[in-house]
Amino acid sequence: MSTMTRETSEATPSAQVVRPRAINIEVAAQPTTSVDKAGVAVDVEHLDAYYGEHRVLRDISLAVRPNSVTAVIGPSGCGKSTLIRCLNRMHEVTPGARAEGQVSLDGDPIYADGVDPVRVRQRIGMVFQRPNPFPSMSIFDNVVAGLKLAGIRDRNLLNEVAERSLHRAALWDEVRDKLHVSGGALSGGQQQRLCIARAIAVEPEVILMDEPASALDPMSTLKIEELARELKANYTIVIVTHNMQQAARVSDHTAFLTVGEDRAGYLVEEGPTAQIFTNPANKLTEDYITGRFG
Amino acid sequence: MTPAAGGMAAMRIPGRRMRRRRTTDRIMSGLLWLAAVLAIVPLVLVLVFLLINGLPGLNLDLLTKLPRPPGEPGGGVAPAFVGTLMMVGLGTLIGTPIAVLAGVYIREYAGGRGATVIRFLVDVLAGIPSITIGLFAYGFVVVPMGSFSAIAGIVALAIILIPIVARITDEMLGLVPATVREASYALGVPRWKTIVRVVLPAAATGIGTGVLLGVARIAGETAPLIFTTLGNRTLSTSLNEPMDALPLRIWVYAEGPYASWHQQAWAAALVLVLLVLVFSLGTRLLLRRSHRS
Repeated sequence: MSTMTRETSEATPSAQVVRPRAINIEVAAQPTTSVDKAGVAVDVEHLDAYYGEHRVLRDISLAVRPNSVTAVIGPSGCGKSTLIRCLNRMHEVTPGARAEGQVSLDGDPIYADGVDPVRVRQRIGMVFQRPNPFPSMSIFDNVVAGLKLAGIRDRNLLNEVAERSLHRAALWDEVRDKLHVSGGALSGGQQQRLCIARAIAVEPEVILMDEPASALDPMSTLKIEELARELKANYTIVIVTHNMQQAARVSDHTAFLTVGEDRAGYLVEEGPTAQIFTNPANKLTEDYITGRFG
Repeated sequence: MTPAAGGMAAMRIPGRRMRRRRTTDRIMSGLLWLAAVLAIVPLVLVLVFLLINGLPGLNLDLLTKLPRPPGEPGGGVAPAFVGTLMMVGLGTLIGTPIAVLAGVYIREYAGGRGATVIRFLVDVLAGIPSITIGLFAYGFVVVPMGSFSAIAGIVALAIILIPIVARITDEMLGLVPATVREASYALGVPRWKTIVRVVLPAAATGIGTGVLLGVARIAGETAPLIFTTLGNRTLSTSLNEPMDALPLRIWVYAEGPYASWHQQAWAAALVLVLLVLVFSLGTRLLLRRSHRS
């Protein structure tokens, strides 16, 4: 067993509030699913999100516990996707979009002067609604893309990481013989697991999933849900879903958002999944759960 | 009659009208097919003419021997052949990086307003007649240098190439889905690296096609070379001196009175077309192979 430490801080002139992170990658003879790391807590404090002058999220405060699966549910257009995109500073990639308030990752604020969004996104990974493997790359290159693009060239390390990530994403057995085939040659469900493997390979602390199974067939959906439950051992998972049964199956905690009168989304209720679905405190939540709207 | 009552019968159109519609459909299909054929006929005619007239004069001497004194048979257009290879090659080498970077700027960095303005200006540049660009190169390079030179011709060719490749780069980058960029950002890859390592490779085939189009265009340009490289009867590979090119040689020989010149002109024209063809196929093969690996 060898341990490699990768120092991921790059010199930036302004003060870094997110501390430089050393990644310890345990290279085992037999890839296992447990590594000596845990997910971290994400604290959202009074978050507002805007597209230009139009506010789409109002005063969201939410504590996401480490090593848990938190589901974000709500009717279409309530801002669920916008919320998780604010957690890894992807929201501001859209021209004119901005967020106010604070999000803290393991106590480190990610919206602060001198914080590099690129660094934030190395700690918080994301899986999108439609699988999006890089079209010009093979399966292997896709999985290790995050590492290669960060400048890591050690072939042995890349091979180990690729194998471990594909194992963790429950894709290894299906692609072990065709790692150099193009990523686009896989089925939808496989592509999505490839994207999960790609996100895992950079060893994030949190994984955000934006309706990861909504474009997939039922069998793949179940596999993805199973994966989410397994992954929480090592990561904190936040999953957006419009499928309430999925939220009930997969998550430990659930947050319910809906659209207010000012057309901005707000947090109605948040709590343990079992409680939200069987005994919600808020009438709106109950109406949504029972299908009276949304 | 409602659609529900009678099913297929309710949708049947009276026989006469149906016949007329079918006839119209056939006539229109025929006209469109004819238009397509007419569009291809000039290409076929050109190729056939070139082959009939050029093939007899096509031999190794043509590409390796220097021109003989006017009127004497034999010799070749080696200076022109080498000159075209050099000037088109160097013009492409200089123009392509500038054009691709410009395309990247327009698509990835410029704001809506800025992008529109730059695109418009690039289109204007693409529309300037090549002889005007040759005159510009004359004033810009030949006059300060005090002599005609290959470098002036290369500058002119590069200027002609740039808007072609820039616009195509712009379009091809736009075809790369936003999801690909998002996937890269979500991995914590900075923007410039995303463009260089993810987006550009994804657009590479399209951009390669753009370069191909540019090369095909400048390989055949004659007017801008007249006031810049002038032409040369002897083999010159120096950038500071006049250099010959196939289009120039074809023009001079075609206008001349000698039969040997005419034959060589036809053969040279065939060589030019074959050159572009070989280059196109070569580029396509290379791009397909790199895409697959």
